[in-house]
Amino acid sequence: MTDTSSHVHAHAHDDHGDAASHGTMKGYMTGFVLAVILTAIPFWLVMARPFGPQTTALMVMGFAVVQIVVHMIYFLHMDTKSEGGWTMMALIFTILLVAIAISGSLWVMYHLNTNMMPMNPASMADM
Amino acid sequence: MSAQAPHASADATRLSFYQLDEHDHPEGGSTMLGFWIYLMSDCLIFACLFAIYGVLGANYAGGPAPKDLFELPLVAVNTSMLLLSSITYGFAMLAMERKQVGATQLWLAITGLFGAAFLGIELYEFANLIHEGATPQRSAFLSAFFTLVGTHGLHVTFGLIWLVTLMVQVGQRGLIQANKRRLMCLSLFWHFLDVIWIGVFTFVYLLGMLR
Amino acid sequence: MFDDPALLKTIFGRLSLESLPLHEPIVMGTFAAVAVGGIALVAAVTYFKLWTWLWKEWLTSVDHKKVGIMYMILGIVMLLRGFSDAIMMRAQQAMAFGANEGFLPAHHYDQVFTAHGVIMIFFVAMPFVTGIMNYVVPLQIGARDVSFPFLNNMSFWMTAAGAVLVMMSLFIGEFARTGWLAMPPLSGVAYSPDVGVDYYIWALQIAGVGTLLSGVNLIATIVKMRAPGMSMMKMPIFCWTSLCTNVLIVAAFPVLTAVLALLSLDRYVGTAIFTNELGGNPMMYVNLIWIWGHPEVYILILPLFGVFSEVTSTFSGKRLFGYTSMVYATVVITILAYLVWLHHFFTMGSGASVNSFFGITTMVISIPTGAKIFNWLFTMYRGRIRFDLPMMWTVAFMITFTIGGMTGVLLAVPPADFVLHNSLFLVAHFHNVIIGGVLFGAFAAINYWFPKAFGFKLDTFWGKVSFWGWVPGFYVAFMPLYVLGLMGVTRRLRHFDDPSLQIWFVIAAIGAAMIAVGIAAFLIQIFVSVRNREALRDVTGDPWNGRTLEWATSSPPPDYNFAFTPIVHEGDAYADMKARGFDRPVSGFRPIHMPKNTGTGVILAGLCVALGFAMIWYIWWLAAGAMLGVIAVSIFHTFNYKRDYHIPVEVVEQTEAARTKVLAEHKALTA
Repeated sequence: MTDTSSHVHAHAHDDHGDAASHGTMKGYMTGFVLAVILTAIPFWLVMARPFGPQTTALMVMGFAVVQIVVHMIYFLHMDTKSEGGWTMMALIFTILLVAIAISGSLWVMYHLNTNMMPMNPASMADM
Repeated sequence: MSAQAPHASADATRLSFYQLDEHDHPEGGSTMLGFWIYLMSDCLIFACLFAIYGVLGANYAGGPAPKDLFELPLVAVNTSMLLLSSITYGFAMLAMERKQVGATQLWLAITGLFGAAFLGIELYEFANLIHEGATPQRSAFLSAFFTLVGTHGLHVTFGLIWLVTLMVQVGQRGLIQANKRRLMCLSLFWHFLDVIWIGVFTFVYLLGMLR
Repeated sequence: MFDDPALLKTIFGRLSLESLPLHEPIVMGTFAAVAVGGIALVAAVTYFKLWTWLWKEWLTSVDHKKVGIMYMILGIVMLLRGFSDAIMMRAQQAMAFGANEGFLPAHHYDQVFTAHGVIMIFFVAMPFVTGIMNYVVPLQIGARDVSFPFLNNMSFWMTAAGAVLVMMSLFIGEFARTGWLAMPPLSGVAYSPDVGVDYYIWALQIAGVGTLLSGVNLIATIVKMRAPGMSMMKMPIFCWTSLCTNVLIVAAFPVLTAVLALLSLDRYVGTAIFTNELGGNPMMYVNLIWIWGHPEVYILILPLFGVFSEVTSTFSGKRLFGYTSMVYATVVITILAYLVWLHHFFTMGSGASVNSFFGITTMVISIPTGAKIFNWLFTMYRGRIRFDLPMMWTVAFMITFTIGGMTGVLLAVPPADFVLHNSLFLVAHFHNVIIGGVLFGAFAAINYWFPKAFGFKLDTFWGKVSFWGWVPGFYVAFMPLYVLGLMGVTRRLRHFDDPSLQIWFVIAAIGAAMIAVGIAAFLIQIFVSVRNREALRDVTGDPWNGRTLEWATSSPPPDYNFAFTPIVHEGDAYADMKARGFDRPVSGFRPIHMPKNTGTGVILAGLCVALGFAMIWYIWWLAAGAMLGVIAVSIFHTFNYKRDYHIPVEVVEQTEAARTKVLAEHKALTA
């Protein structure tokens, strides 16, 4: 608050915006423990290789998605209420665009690469 | 040509068109939303870098591949540094809510140390790679790798500079509203960087070793 | 010392006397003109002792109205530069047939068309759009400023810094010769080792920071700072289009930032991202830059769609038809803008399945746009239409943009695009929609809101001269290009062998001359209006019988916009207030909380110019110093916690009393 205000506010009111979500000790510790587990397992899966590469890849990606959600909830305090739902909407829109940009790029580039003119053997070896 | 309709009578149900008893808006009401939106834009920068890595990440140009270069134990240590720094920042925020300047500063300092450790290990890794000839110029895979991981590291660096600045400012003025807002913004930034790192260690390091 | 090459290189990087265009008469002539003009301007400001006023009242201002006006001035100045490039191209193409090589060698011509595109998009259209949104949005939502006033000032100066770098390239070194999107490998260090592409990269990166921050700013403003009672669906439609535009900005500009950063890594550090060697892929640049590029054109047009909505409803004396469907159409356009980008490179070999997908999405996106046109027409239907200049420009837009949109749908058909890609048909199409949409819209907006900003209308006669220069001029300049494109003529050529084409280029050049008349008339319009401002004065603040809140303030509005924040009950809030008979409060004023001016934005932008210049010319000590300076000044700025003040109640009372008096006098005069 500005210190030069000529009004003395007897009450500290937050009616212009919802109070930013806070964490709790329990929340942070839960998030931390979950994050550790969700990190350790993928690392173990890749280092020990109990499954084939395809399966491992899918599992590892799955764990990443779950851990990101854990971070969002326990560390970033994402919810549908904050800022009247605008932060959630911004997040969903961003996720949508990230998905379009990455999958769209991969799709387009795969097709472009497939249709490219064949290269001479020397350049091929370089790829 | 203005048009003020002539209505002289004031009746009990008269609508008011102006807020005559307005209070000053608390300063910084838009800050959290604004910072979140900025963070979303930063997310899109990383999305591009991930897309680049996705497209170019298998182009080794006859040079070293992830299997030849990545040391997963080191990456695991690095990841834990960042994760620990996230939890210690969380503790700092809890102390801030309890209005404890000293505890806040302590946890911020520890966060900074973990962050610096993360950067140190990463720089060590980069130096090793370059020493072995796996430079950013060697292949598109390495260019994409260094750019993606390096950009994340650059963000962590800026985060640390911001952290130190905030510690000075909290030391000077205590946990005033403006400083609390700034700490909350840095909190979002710091946790967001950890989220990006999840993407990095998964798609670059772990999936790289599976190729 | 002066002949030690190593020392010179350390101090000056790759800058040398050879970097000055001493052998190029056109450039030297331009420099002379700019120097004379610049010195005259500086002398005048000094003579009238205006430096302090300029610094305090304008350059350091965080007032959204002043920032908006500065953006418009930047856009107009750069329009003159960009148009000079256009005239040069038209002249060259009209004369260069057979043995006649024209007057622009390839080295120069390639810079001209590159600069023309870069300037028109980034330093004319973007500033116009940002300036209009900056000025109008806070007023329309009943706010006193944007959410982050300092950031707003800084955003403007970062854009100006980018413009400065582009202008510098004219006189020191040269500009890129790659076209406005600088595709690699041509823009890579192997094929463009000189400073041109580096000027391009740094100008756009610096301006891009400004634009991105502006996007964040306006989204927060529209979401958080609307007057009480103004729900999203009671917001003026211009605010909806502004919101969607700024969402597009925040979502698209990071991609441009990333791509240009990657290109500069390739150029400076030798990475292999967009190279042909070592596994790089230049096509990824094309892909990513158009993921930015397509939303960019919607960023340019959506605000002007909002302008047309406001103008149409005001000058038809009616509420906008189909407000809800307009909102949905705008939101749908915003999302679909991300699903069409490949239509810019159908011919690059992605194959039938990919091309079909993007061809279909491109055609789908024309549907909400069409819905908007129908809504405007239905708004006009049975309205009492007043053909003041804003409405004239709007009608011109409707016709012109529709034609341009239709040629776009034609291009959206991949097989057709295989014939027309990178032909003059394409050039005609995008000028058709950008001039017809963005530029005509900018003129509508300027004529509409100028009285609000300055307290007097723009001269109608010269405005009409400008209109009749621009509109027929546009058709004469660009319809021939459609013909040429269909005949197979490629874009960006500076010489032709087939003499049967020449007549079309000559017609196009005549069109350019007509547009020149339009531009000259626009400048005269401003000059004449200022000179005759008393005769053109509007004292009421509502010269057009407006429907939205900005017309409830005086013209120009006081610094604080509204002495009391309005309470909104219906959409078209001011029309509602007038219809229900509101009483303007004349007492009970309070001190008003306002942000302070600051010079940090100017300083940061200046440091960025130094940083950009140093990076371009490889002057590493200067680059490091400027970078440190930017960080230090930014950190230093955060130590300033006293960024606001209160306007004393006496000042508010005086200002409002003056308005009460003026309104009463006007009422007496017109009673």
